[in-house]
Amino acid sequence: MNRTWVVIPMYNEATVVGSVIQSLRTVFPQVVCVDDGSSDGSQDIARTAGAVVVQHPINLGQGAALQTGIEFALQDPGMRNVVTFDADGQHRIVDAAAMVARLDAGEADIVLGSRFLDDRTQIGPMKRLVLKTAAVQSRMATGLDLTDAHNGLRAMNREVASKLHLTQNRMAHASELVHQIAEMKLRWVEHPVEIIYTDYSKSKGQSLLNSVNILAELFFR
Amino acid sequence: MLLIVQIVLVLAVILVSFVLMRGGANARHLAIRRIMLMIFAVAAVASIFFPHVLTSLASFLGVGRGTDLVLYATIVSFFVFMATTYQRFRHAENALTALSRRIALDEAPKPWADDRR
Repeated sequence: MNRTWVVIPMYNEATVVGSVIQSLRTVFPQVVCVDDGSSDGSQDIARTAGAVVVQHPINLGQGAALQTGIEFALQDPGMRNVVTFDADGQHRIVDAAAMVARLDAGEADIVLGSRFLDDRTQIGPMKRLVLKTAAVQSRMATGLDLTDAHNGLRAMNREVASKLHLTQNRMAHASELVHQIAEMKLRWVEHPVEIIYTDYSKSKGQSLLNSVNILAELFFR
Repeated sequence: MLLIVQIVLVLAVILVSFVLMRGGANARHLAIRRIMLMIFAVAAVASIFFPHVLTSLASFLGVGRGTDLVLYATIVSFFVFMATTYQRFRHAENALTALSRRIALDEAPKPWADDRR
Protein backbone atom coordinates (compact mmCIF):
# COMPACT_ATOMS: atom_id res chain seq x y z
CA MET A 1 0.00 0.00 0.00
CA ASN A 2 1.25 3.38 -0.94
CA ARG A 3 -1.37 6.01 -0.61
CA THR A 4 -1.52 9.74 -1.02
CA TRP A 5 -4.23 11.50 0.94
CA VAL A 6 -5.50 14.86 -0.27
CA VAL A 7 -6.63 17.07 2.62
CA ILE A 8 -9.21 19.73 1.79
CA PRO A 9 -10.27 22.20 4.49
CA MET A 10 -13.87 23.11 3.72
CA TYR A 11 -16.18 25.81 5.01
CA ASN A 12 -19.38 26.58 3.07
CA GLU A 13 -18.13 25.59 -0.38
CA ALA A 14 -21.23 23.74 -1.60
CA THR A 15 -21.19 25.25 -5.09
CA VAL A 16 -17.68 24.13 -6.03
CA VAL A 17 -16.41 21.42 -3.73
CA GLY A 18 -18.24 18.58 -5.49
CA SER A 19 -16.57 19.13 -8.85
CA VAL A 20 -13.20 19.76 -7.18
CA ILE A 21 -13.38 16.39 -5.39
CA GLN A 22 -14.62 14.56 -8.47
CA SER A 23 -11.78 15.74 -10.65
CA LEU A 24 -9.25 15.19 -7.83
CA ARG A 25 -10.34 11.58 -7.42
CA THR A 26 -9.45 10.73 -11.01
CA VAL A 27 -5.82 11.14 -9.93
CA PHE A 28 -5.94 10.81 -6.13
CA PRO A 29 -8.61 8.31 -4.97
CA GLN A 30 -8.09 9.20 -1.27
CA VAL A 31 -9.61 12.58 -0.51
CA VAL A 32 -10.50 13.76 2.98
CA CYS A 33 -12.64 16.87 3.39
CA VAL A 34 -12.40 18.47 6.81
CA ASP A 35 -15.67 20.26 7.26
CA ASP A 36 -15.32 23.23 9.56
CA GLY A 37 -18.96 23.54 10.49
CA SER A 38 -20.48 24.38 7.11
CA SER A 39 -24.16 25.27 7.13
CA ASP A 40 -24.83 24.97 3.40
CA GLY A 41 -24.79 21.18 3.02
CA SER A 42 -21.20 20.98 1.78
CA GLN A 43 -20.77 17.78 3.79
CA ASP A 44 -23.31 15.77 1.80
CA ILE A 45 -21.98 17.08 -1.50
CA ALA A 46 -18.43 16.11 -0.51
CA ARG A 47 -19.58 12.66 0.61
CA THR A 48 -21.53 12.10 -2.63
CA ALA A 49 -18.47 13.12 -4.61
CA GLY A 50 -16.58 10.32 -2.89
CA ALA A 51 -14.56 12.08 -0.22
CA VAL A 52 -14.26 11.02 3.40
CA VAL A 53 -15.79 13.81 5.47
CA VAL A 54 -14.31 14.59 8.87
CA GLN A 55 -16.56 16.99 10.65
CA HIS A 56 -15.56 19.58 13.22
CA PRO A 57 -18.44 19.95 15.67
CA ILE A 58 -17.86 23.71 15.72
CA ASN A 59 -16.11 26.19 13.45
CA LEU A 60 -12.43 26.39 14.36
CA GLY A 61 -10.67 27.89 11.36
CA GLN A 62 -8.67 26.74 8.36
CA GLY A 63 -5.47 26.00 10.26
CA ALA A 64 -7.31 23.71 12.66
CA ALA A 65 -9.01 21.97 9.74
CA LEU A 66 -5.66 21.31 8.04
CA GLN A 67 -4.20 19.84 11.22
CA THR A 68 -7.26 17.62 11.69
CA GLY A 69 -7.00 16.39 8.09
CA ILE A 70 -3.31 15.61 8.49
CA GLU A 71 -3.99 13.70 11.72
CA PHE A 72 -6.76 11.78 9.98
CA ALA A 73 -4.39 10.77 7.18
CA LEU A 74 -1.79 9.70 9.75
CA GLN A 75 -4.25 7.13 11.10
CA ASP A 76 -4.00 5.28 7.77
CA PRO A 77 -0.99 2.97 8.08
CA GLY A 78 -0.71 2.86 4.28
CA MET A 79 -0.47 6.64 3.90
CA ARG A 80 2.79 7.82 2.41
CA ASN A 81 2.12 11.38 1.29
CA VAL A 82 -0.28 14.17 2.22
CA VAL A 83 -1.34 16.90 -0.20
CA THR A 84 -3.14 20.01 1.04
CA PHE A 85 -5.57 21.46 -1.48
CA ASP A 86 -8.04 24.37 -1.37
CA ALA A 87 -11.74 23.64 -1.70
CA ASP A 88 -12.50 26.55 -4.01
CA GLY A 89 -10.90 25.06 -7.12
CA GLN A 90 -8.04 27.52 -7.40
CA HIS A 91 -5.38 24.79 -7.58
CA ARG A 92 -4.56 22.53 -10.52
CA ILE A 93 -4.46 18.78 -10.11
CA VAL A 94 -1.54 18.38 -12.52
CA ASP A 95 0.51 20.61 -10.23
CA ALA A 96 -0.38 18.46 -7.22
CA ALA A 97 0.54 15.27 -9.11
CA ALA A 98 3.89 16.74 -10.16
CA MET A 99 4.60 17.74 -6.55
CA VAL A 100 3.87 14.23 -5.29
CA ALA A 101 6.15 12.84 -7.99
CA ARG A 102 8.96 15.01 -6.65
CA LEU A 103 8.33 13.63 -3.14
CA ASP A 104 8.40 10.06 -4.45
CA ALA A 105 11.63 10.78 -6.28
CA GLY A 106 13.11 11.61 -2.88
CA GLU A 107 13.90 15.16 -3.92
CA ALA A 108 12.51 16.68 -0.73
CA ASP A 109 10.42 15.97 2.39
CA ILE A 110 7.96 18.75 1.64
CA VAL A 111 7.11 20.44 -1.66
CA LEU A 112 5.56 23.90 -1.44
CA GLY A 113 3.54 25.42 -4.26
CA SER A 114 4.56 28.85 -5.50
CA ARG A 115 2.63 31.00 -7.94
CA PHE A 116 5.63 33.24 -8.54
CA LEU A 117 8.04 30.74 -10.09
CA ASP A 118 6.53 31.04 -13.56
CA ASP A 119 4.17 33.48 -15.25
CA ARG A 120 1.10 31.29 -15.58
CA THR A 121 -0.80 32.88 -12.70
CA GLN A 122 -2.69 36.07 -13.50
CA ILE A 123 -2.51 38.20 -10.39
CA GLY A 124 -3.40 41.79 -9.54
CA PRO A 125 -0.63 44.21 -8.55
CA MET A 126 -1.98 44.84 -5.02
CA LYS A 127 -2.32 41.15 -4.20
CA ARG A 128 1.12 40.48 -5.66
CA LEU A 129 2.58 43.19 -3.42
CA VAL A 130 0.91 41.79 -0.29
CA LEU A 131 2.02 38.22 -1.01
CA LYS A 132 5.54 39.33 -1.87
CA THR A 133 5.73 41.29 1.40
CA ALA A 134 4.55 38.24 3.31
CA ALA A 135 7.23 36.15 1.61
CA VAL A 136 9.95 38.68 2.50
CA GLN A 137 8.70 38.81 6.10
CA SER A 138 8.79 35.03 6.40
CA ARG A 139 12.25 34.94 4.83
CA MET A 140 13.54 37.40 7.42
CA ALA A 141 11.89 35.54 10.28
CA THR A 142 12.85 32.00 9.30
CA GLY A 143 15.74 32.23 6.87
CA LEU A 144 13.77 30.17 4.37
CA ASP A 145 14.10 31.66 0.91
CA LEU A 146 10.47 31.26 -0.15
CA THR A 147 8.92 33.11 -3.07
CA ASP A 148 5.30 32.49 -1.98
CA ALA A 149 4.56 32.04 1.71
CA HIS A 150 0.77 31.76 1.52
CA ASN A 151 0.06 29.05 -0.99
CA GLY A 152 -2.47 26.39 0.00
CA LEU A 153 -1.05 23.71 -2.30
CA ARG A 154 1.61 21.62 -0.56
CA ALA A 155 2.78 18.02 -0.62
CA MET A 156 4.60 16.35 2.25
CA ASN A 157 5.73 12.86 3.14
CA ARG A 158 4.55 10.90 6.14
CA GLU A 159 7.45 11.91 8.34
CA VAL A 160 6.78 15.62 7.90
CA ALA A 161 3.04 15.09 8.39
CA SER A 162 3.68 13.41 11.72
CA LYS A 163 5.97 16.20 12.91
CA LEU A 164 3.78 19.17 12.00
CA HIS A 165 1.72 20.67 14.79
CA LEU A 166 -0.29 23.62 13.59
CA THR A 167 -1.69 25.50 16.56
CA GLN A 168 -2.73 28.67 14.76
CA ASN A 169 -6.37 27.92 14.13
CA ARG A 170 -7.06 30.70 11.70
CA MET A 171 -5.07 32.16 8.84
CA ALA A 172 -1.62 32.50 10.44
CA HIS A 173 -1.10 28.73 10.08
CA ALA A 174 0.65 29.27 6.74
CA SER A 175 3.42 31.28 8.39
CA GLU A 176 3.47 28.88 11.31
CA LEU A 177 4.04 26.00 8.90
CA VAL A 178 7.02 27.79 7.37
CA HIS A 179 8.41 28.37 10.87
CA GLN A 180 8.14 24.68 11.68
CA ILE A 181 9.81 23.69 8.42
CA ALA A 182 12.69 25.99 9.32
CA GLU A 183 12.95 24.65 12.88
CA MET A 184 12.92 21.02 11.83
CA LYS A 185 15.49 21.66 9.10
CA LEU A 186 13.49 19.72 6.55
CA ARG A 187 14.47 19.20 2.97
CA TRP A 188 12.04 21.49 1.19
CA VAL A 189 11.62 22.64 -2.36
CA GLU A 190 9.27 25.03 -4.14
CA HIS A 191 7.29 23.94 -7.15
CA PRO A 192 5.75 26.30 -9.71
CA VAL A 193 1.96 26.13 -9.58
CA GLU A 194 -0.82 28.01 -11.26
CA ILE A 195 -3.54 29.66 -9.19
CA ILE A 196 -6.78 29.95 -11.10
CA TYR A 197 -8.52 33.09 -9.88
CA THR A 198 -12.17 32.59 -10.69
CA ASP A 199 -14.82 35.04 -9.57
CA TYR A 200 -15.77 32.49 -6.95
CA SER A 201 -12.31 32.06 -5.46
CA LYS A 202 -11.85 35.81 -5.52
CA SER A 203 -15.02 36.33 -3.53
CA LYS A 204 -14.02 33.61 -1.05
CA GLY A 205 -10.37 34.56 -0.92
CA GLN A 206 -8.67 36.61 1.71
CA SER A 207 -9.18 40.31 1.49
CA LEU A 208 -6.12 42.51 1.72
CA LEU A 209 -7.27 43.70 5.13
CA ASN A 210 -7.00 40.14 6.38
CA SER A 211 -3.22 40.41 6.23
CA VAL A 212 -3.54 42.64 9.31
CA ASN A 213 -5.22 39.74 11.12
CA ILE A 214 -2.51 37.34 10.00
CA LEU A 215 0.19 39.61 11.41
CA ALA A 216 -1.66 40.15 14.68
CA GLU A 217 -2.20 36.41 15.17
CA LEU A 218 1.49 35.80 14.62
CA PHE A 219 2.70 38.42 17.06
CA PHE A 220 0.29 37.68 19.92
CA ARG A 221 0.70 33.96 20.18
CA MET B 1 16.93 64.72 36.86
CA LEU B 2 13.21 64.71 36.21
CA LEU B 3 13.73 63.38 32.71
CA ILE B 4 15.89 60.53 33.97
CA VAL B 5 13.27 59.52 36.55
CA GLN B 6 10.58 59.60 33.87
CA ILE B 7 12.64 57.47 31.50
CA VAL B 8 13.34 54.95 34.24
CA LEU B 9 9.65 54.88 35.13
CA VAL B 10 8.59 54.28 31.56
CA LEU B 11 11.18 51.51 31.17
CA ALA B 12 10.01 49.90 34.42
CA VAL B 13 6.38 50.01 33.30
CA ILE B 14 7.23 48.47 29.92
CA LEU B 15 9.41 45.79 31.52
CA VAL B 16 6.90 44.80 34.18
CA SER B 17 4.05 44.71 31.67
CA PHE B 18 6.13 42.56 29.34
CA VAL B 19 7.12 40.12 32.06
CA LEU B 20 3.53 39.82 33.21
CA MET B 21 2.23 39.52 29.64
CA ARG B 22 4.68 36.83 28.55
CA GLY B 23 4.47 34.81 31.72
CA GLY B 24 1.79 32.19 31.51
CA ALA B 25 -0.36 30.87 34.31
CA ASN B 26 2.50 29.77 36.52
CA ALA B 27 2.46 30.34 40.27
CA ARG B 28 5.24 32.93 40.35
CA HIS B 29 3.53 35.27 37.92
CA LEU B 30 0.26 34.80 39.70
CA ALA B 31 1.94 35.80 42.97
CA ILE B 32 3.48 38.89 41.36
CA ARG B 33 0.10 39.89 39.96
CA ARG B 34 -1.50 39.45 43.37
CA ILE B 35 1.18 41.51 45.10
CA MET B 36 0.70 44.27 42.53
CA LEU B 37 -3.03 44.18 43.05
CA MET B 38 -2.55 44.44 46.81
CA ILE B 39 -0.17 47.38 46.51
CA PHE B 40 -2.67 49.01 44.20
CA ALA B 41 -5.52 48.49 46.66
CA VAL B 42 -3.51 49.76 49.64
CA ALA B 43 -2.43 52.82 47.67
CA ALA B 44 -6.00 53.50 46.64
CA VAL B 45 -7.24 53.34 50.24
CA ALA B 46 -4.31 55.42 51.45
CA SER B 47 -5.02 58.09 48.87
CA ILE B 48 -8.52 58.50 50.25
CA PHE B 49 -7.28 59.27 53.78
CA PHE B 50 -3.98 60.95 52.91
CA PRO B 51 -4.36 62.47 49.46
CA HIS B 52 -1.19 64.58 49.87
CA VAL B 53 0.98 61.46 50.39
CA LEU B 54 0.14 60.21 46.93
CA THR B 55 0.71 63.66 45.48
CA SER B 56 4.11 64.01 47.09
CA LEU B 57 5.02 60.50 45.89
CA ALA B 58 3.90 61.51 42.41
CA SER B 59 5.92 64.72 42.44
CA PHE B 60 8.92 62.76 43.73
CA LEU B 61 8.56 60.41 40.75
CA GLY B 62 8.03 63.39 38.47
CA VAL B 63 4.56 62.62 37.17
CA GLY B 64 2.64 65.60 38.56
CA ARG B 65 -0.45 65.03 40.67
CA GLY B 66 -1.39 61.93 42.68
CA THR B 67 -4.37 61.30 40.42
CA ASP B 68 -2.00 61.08 37.46
CA LEU B 69 -0.08 58.37 39.27
CA VAL B 70 -3.29 56.45 39.90
CA LEU B 71 -4.20 56.85 36.24
CA TYR B 72 -0.86 55.44 35.11
CA ALA B 73 -1.18 52.51 37.49
CA THR B 74 -4.68 51.86 36.17
CA ILE B 75 -3.45 51.86 32.58
CA VAL B 76 -0.70 49.38 33.40
CA SER B 77 -3.04 47.07 35.28
CA PHE B 78 -5.51 47.28 32.42
CA PHE B 79 -2.83 46.18 29.96
CA VAL B 80 -1.80 43.34 32.22
CA PHE B 81 -5.43 42.30 32.58
CA MET B 82 -5.89 42.40 28.81
CA ALA B 83 -2.80 40.31 28.20
CA THR B 84 -3.58 37.66 30.79
CA THR B 85 -7.18 37.41 29.61
CA TYR B 86 -5.95 36.99 26.04
CA GLN B 87 -3.62 34.21 27.10
CA ARG B 88 -6.28 32.46 29.10
CA PHE B 89 -8.51 32.70 26.06
CA ARG B 90 -5.81 31.14 23.89
CA HIS B 91 -5.43 28.25 26.33
CA ALA B 92 -9.17 27.66 26.38
CA GLU B 93 -9.24 27.78 22.59
CA ASN B 94 -6.44 25.21 22.33
CA ALA B 95 -8.28 22.88 24.67
CA LEU B 96 -11.49 23.33 22.68
CA THR B 97 -9.63 22.62 19.44
CA ALA B 98 -8.13 19.42 20.83
CA LEU B 99 -11.53 18.27 22.06
CA SER B 100 -13.29 19.05 18.78
CA ARG B 101 -10.54 17.33 16.80
CA ARG B 102 -10.85 14.23 18.95
CA ILE B 103 -14.61 14.10 18.33
CA ALA B 104 -14.17 14.73 14.61
CA LEU B 105 -11.56 11.99 14.21
CA ASP B 106 -13.47 9.48 16.33
CA GLU B 107 -16.63 9.95 14.29
CA ALA B 108 -14.90 9.79 10.91
CA PRO B 109 -15.12 6.62 8.83
CA LYS B 110 -11.84 4.79 8.36
CA PRO B 111 -11.85 3.36 4.82
CA TRP B 112 -8.47 1.63 5.16
CA ALA B 113 -10.00 -0.88 7.59
CA ASP B 114 -11.53 -2.54 4.50
CA ASP B 115 -8.06 -3.58 3.33
CA ARG B 116 -7.82 -6.34 5.89
CA ARG B 117 -10.96 -8.10 4.79
